[in-house]
Amino acid sequence: MQQRSSTVQEPPGAARDAYRPTPPPAWRPRTDPAPLLPEAEPLRVLGTDAVADADPELLRRLYRELVRGRRYNAQATALTKQGRLAVYPSTTGQEACEVAAALALEERDWLFPSYRDTLAAVARGLDPVQALTLLRGDWHTGYDPREHRIAPLSTPLATQLPHAVGLAHAARLKGDDVVALAMVGDGGTSEGDFHEALNFAAVWQAPVVFLVQNNGFAISVPLAKQTAAPSLAHKAVGYGMPGRLVDGNDAVAVHQVLTEAVTRARRGGGPTLVEAITYRIDAHTNADDATRYRGDGEVETWRAHDPVLLLERELTERGLLDEDGRRAAAEEAETMAARLRERMNADPVLDPMDLFAHVYAEKTAQLREQAAQLRAELDAESEAG
Amino acid sequence: MTTHATARPAAKAAAKPATMAQALQRAMRDAMAEDPTVHVMGEDVGTLGGVFRVTDGLAKEFGEDRCTDTPLAEAGILGTAVGMAMYGLRPVVEMQFDAFAYPAFEQLISHVSRMRNRTRGAMPMPLVVRVPYGGGIGGVEHHSDSSEAYYMATPGLHVVTPATVEDAYGLLRAAIASDDPVVFLEPKRLYWSKSDWSPEAPSAVEPIGKAVVRRRGTSATLITYGPSLPVCMEAAEAATAEGWDLEVVDLRSLVPFDDETVCASVRRTGRAVVVHESAGFGGPGGEIAARVTERCFHHLEAPVLRVAGFDIPYPPPMLERHHLPGVDRVLDAVARLQWEAGS
Repeated sequence: MQQRSSTVQEPPGAARDAYRPTPPPAWRPRTDPAPLLPEAEPLRVLGTDAVADADPELLRRLYRELVRGRRYNAQATALTKQGRLAVYPSTTGQEACEVAAALALEERDWLFPSYRDTLAAVARGLDPVQALTLLRGDWHTGYDPREHRIAPLSTPLATQLPHAVGLAHAARLKGDDVVALAMVGDGGTSEGDFHEALNFAAVWQAPVVFLVQNNGFAISVPLAKQTAAPSLAHKAVGYGMPGRLVDGNDAVAVHQVLTEAVTRARRGGGPTLVEAITYRIDAHTNADDATRYRGDGEVETWRAHDPVLLLERELTERGLLDEDGRRAAAEEAETMAARLRERMNADPVLDPMDLFAHVYAEKTAQLREQAAQLRAELDAESEAG
Repeated sequence: MTTHATARPAAKAAAKPATMAQALQRAMRDAMAEDPTVHVMGEDVGTLGGVFRVTDGLAKEFGEDRCTDTPLAEAGILGTAVGMAMYGLRPVVEMQFDAFAYPAFEQLISHVSRMRNRTRGAMPMPLVVRVPYGGGIGGVEHHSDSSEAYYMATPGLHVVTPATVEDAYGLLRAAIASDDPVVFLEPKRLYWSKSDWSPEAPSAVEPIGKAVVRRRGTSATLITYGPSLPVCMEAAEAATAEGWDLEVVDLRSLVPFDDETVCASVRRTGRAVVVHESAGFGGPGGEIAARVTERCFHHLEAPVLRVAGFDIPYPPPMLERHHLPGVDRVLDAVARLQWEAGS
């Protein structure tokens, strides 16, 4: 009883035998990490018995959207080569994530895309020409974000994530059962805004879903140089939210995981971080040369795990898709592409005076002066021309 | 917008003089009472009432959903405020100190200032970023910066700074009511400045973008704002002993800039000195001097001079008095306005 040796002074008057080691006074057990941990390996549905549980209509819809998305990527890439787009960051190979993100949301929900996610916006119903406005360069955002509840494409990485959290939080304060789904890439997870957004979301229990498309590269930098985390999905645990790991080329699995996360958020369960393992088949953009940082062999292994191919095989094997169905999907995609091509080949009508129209609710005196200057220059130009 | 009627019971007849901090608190309080979409958020703004007590009592009166203690992350605070504004709220964000606002710069510059323009007016950003700024309070490093030039250089923002208790109320009400984002710079060494302003009869909501002549004079114009206004007023009084009758213009709004009031004054006096704490090189004074020279050249008897902070990182508190523009430095500049040549 009296044998313990300690340099700690007993408080005066304390009973000598009452001492017990205790945790620090402020400490208390917090969230149990176990239920937050992601799957041990990426969740897959295609090729498993779970496909039988999926709604055949959803499967067919996913297939049609994937085919359309693949054709959209090809067309946008072609438009870039023709000089009709300033730049196009392709999602060829990532169509399952793009499409599933759009389809997992209800109309009243909000999508927060990164600059690469025009396909998700198109799959949600946005006019492709409006989706591509930023990349054509005739304006920054080609649509009213409130119309389809799609935030402007965000070029600064991960900065749209706190917007999604704030919007979801505001909706919840108002009593609306609206969910925000925010998209980011593997590189974006290194940004401070990723951390702050996830932390705010968890603290506020905001109804938001974060979808990380881990496509292997941030332009040229592979994931190994981006993070030492066990997986990106594991990062969720540190914030006190569940992490999910899914095969990003399995459209049905991505749709399932996102739908579960959206439902959970809508019911007040708080945020979820989803990491979808996928691959960027094309270079970062048309301006990039991917052969400088990766071999063809790697690309070929991913081509064999192509999201369109995987779904097509599964549906064909299950008798949910036949030659007619494939042809109908291809024709639908071709019609979309032809229409997009035709519209993008027309020069956009630009009014340079728009440059001053929306900087403030009302032009400042200085902007009125500068607008008058440009007006005079334009008038002189047209007189000379 | 008119003078706001108070909802509070009448205070004791002889109300104590109010401070700028109290006027700012009252402005938020009245805005929150009138408009349920106004939300205050920031570090320590709730239970504590802010480190300067400017949000004192708001969480108690309106609840923590309306006056929210956020995690300690400025980019996250402003980033989530952007999302809240996208959903129709009017966030009033507090940055705890000038230099602590820097992590939020990307959100401010890349999103807050551009969202309206980017979306052709479909998505305005009706939010206020309150930033206590400037020195003179004996603050250690990162607690005394004059960061206004950074904000002024960003199109799409309004940049407003009160110098009086009355304006603190009137301008903050206007900032919260504005459909454009406002960086609201609060001169922290004037937080405890007092006036007879009474929360029971709040001042009028002031329009943003209007400078005001604080002292009429004929010899030269001191152009200033925020924490330097009291310095200029004192300098103007002292200058009478030298036979100078100085006019003092309080800009109140750096963006939009009130060329009209400033130039009307300079044309009357023919001489001008711009006074601010912010570093001179690349500071607001350069822009102001250029604007005045471009517009008033033929009325000027002397070059427009600047009295500014030195081009150094903000000094440690025991040396800050050497850095801050004081009355003597202002009077020295006035003395250099080529009086012999002009007379």
